[in-house]
Amino acid sequence: MPIVVSSLNYTYMPGSTQEYKALTDISLTVRDGEFLGIIGHTGSGKSTFVQHLNGLIQPTSGTVSVDGFQMADKKQRIKGRALVGMVFQYPEYQLFEETVEKDIAFGPRNRGLSDKEISERVRESMELVGLQHETFREKSPFELSGGEKRRAALAGIIAMRPKYLVLDEPMAGLDPKGRKDILNTIRLLKKRTKCGIIMVSHSMDDIASEADRIAVFNGGRLERIGTPGEVFADSEALLKMGLDIPQVSRLALELRQRGVEVPEGLFKLEDMKDFLLRRLRRV
Amino acid sequence: MFKNITLGQYFPGNSAIHRLDPRTKILLMILYIVVVFMVKQLSLFLLCAVFVLGVTLLSEIPLSYLLKSLRPLKWLIVFMFFLNVFLTPGERVLFEYWKVKITLEGLRQAAFISLRLIMLVSGTSLMTLTTTPIALTDGLERLLSPFKRVNFPAHELAMMMTIALRFIPTLMEEADKIMKAQLARGADFETGGIIKRAKGMIPILVPLFISAFRRADELAMAMESRCYHGGEGRTRMRVLKFMPQDALAALTVAFLGILIVIMQAFVF
Repeated sequence: MPIVVSSLNYTYMPGSTQEYKALTDISLTVRDGEFLGIIGHTGSGKSTFVQHLNGLIQPTSGTVSVDGFQMADKKQRIKGRALVGMVFQYPEYQLFEETVEKDIAFGPRNRGLSDKEISERVRESMELVGLQHETFREKSPFELSGGEKRRAALAGIIAMRPKYLVLDEPMAGLDPKGRKDILNTIRLLKKRTKCGIIMVSHSMDDIASEADRIAVFNGGRLERIGTPGEVFADSEALLKMGLDIPQVSRLALELRQRGVEVPEGLFKLEDMKDFLLRRLRRV
Repeated sequence: MFKNITLGQYFPGNSAIHRLDPRTKILLMILYIVVVFMVKQLSLFLLCAVFVLGVTLLSEIPLSYLLKSLRPLKWLIVFMFFLNVFLTPGERVLFEYWKVKITLEGLRQAAFISLRLIMLVSGTSLMTLTTTPIALTDGLERLLSPFKRVNFPAHELAMMMTIALRFIPTLMEEADKIMKAQLARGADFETGGIIKRAKGMIPILVPLFISAFRRADELAMAMESRCYHGGEGRTRMRVLKFMPQDALAALTVAFLGILIVIMQAFVF
């Protein structure tokens, strides 16, 4: 069963002088096991939107249901929330326990799982994020490096075995190696657990290569939603919204402007390479 | 959870009261407090009320906004009122039942204490409502600067206050974010006994403290890299200067005080 969002509106501090309409009439469905990429300008409402997905924010109007659980209802929300793991921006700021192991165990422990089950999950999720269990489990989370902290925090969410994992700019502020580590973890997790991924990112290249579908937010509205092919086909519209496009799309755009006929829907590096090689051979 | 807290309750405006020198406002607030404590007659609070209302009108702050500043104190006022009603010894009994006795003296004392509290809070909030926190600390620094001669750290104190005020909203936002993150991990802040709830705060407080220290560190670094080394030799962009209207304001409050003293001495 999917996550269904229908005609969601959200207003910050309604009735006050600082009233601000953050989201307007958003309807979309996150399918089981899909990778949904969310892109948009700063302040376009992406972060506000993803917080609705596990009921941390309640919509001003409209509904959110996770696998049939209505997130507006207090009792159903708890069940729905258990299905949706939420990785915030800079998740390392939520670390608080004395050891990495205890911190990762916090979520599963709140679920009331047995000690055996918990330690199994801790081991499994540490392995998934690439933190060696033996080396890291007794360490304080505060003595890790930035990238390691991020992975430890991610492991804390993965250990709850969510059916959907929401990631709000999981790679922000990391070096290229750290970015790759996180992306690999997400890929591996999706392959192993078949969980759905909803990822907010500014990196168009990552989104283009990973996502099954892309939702474009602009000024609090869902501007468009579709496969990467569909969304990046209209690169110019994205550029007009002040968004970036994948480097491959940029190359395609430049080539077209110089009179080379590039087929639509080319946004992956591999595809572009094939196309260029074929084309060069012909010439 | 943190949305209902309004701290640093400055009400933006450009009225005559807003434009007064912050030093004048601080000093006059102290004088006003003294005046309120001098009042011994219930009816003389009327003068104070007229004064507060007049200043409110001049400052163009809606009266409802001023009343809002009393709201956090309503239980204290109610508590003080009843404490005085029941516990003041007196002769003229109005009502008696078992051990409960209400006397005219008690009632009068209760009204007196509550009114004094209301006058104090509404008068002093007028100052914080019309003065930006920055102007306030600036004024305080200037007022305390004569004590620098005896090594009183006036500038440092003002700077600390400014920084503390500046970081209240930031830390509240941070707390909100951390709380959400822990909620998403299934943390529970709302059920259970007092000990369980206090323990439930640990996952919020630890990251909050760490981030506060981290921010303090970063701010100190940023200040030092811009050559901050305390107040010595610092010039200001906005230099405080007393204006004729400051004298007028001082005269008004002094007049209120003298009026109250005279009326207490001769009329009653």
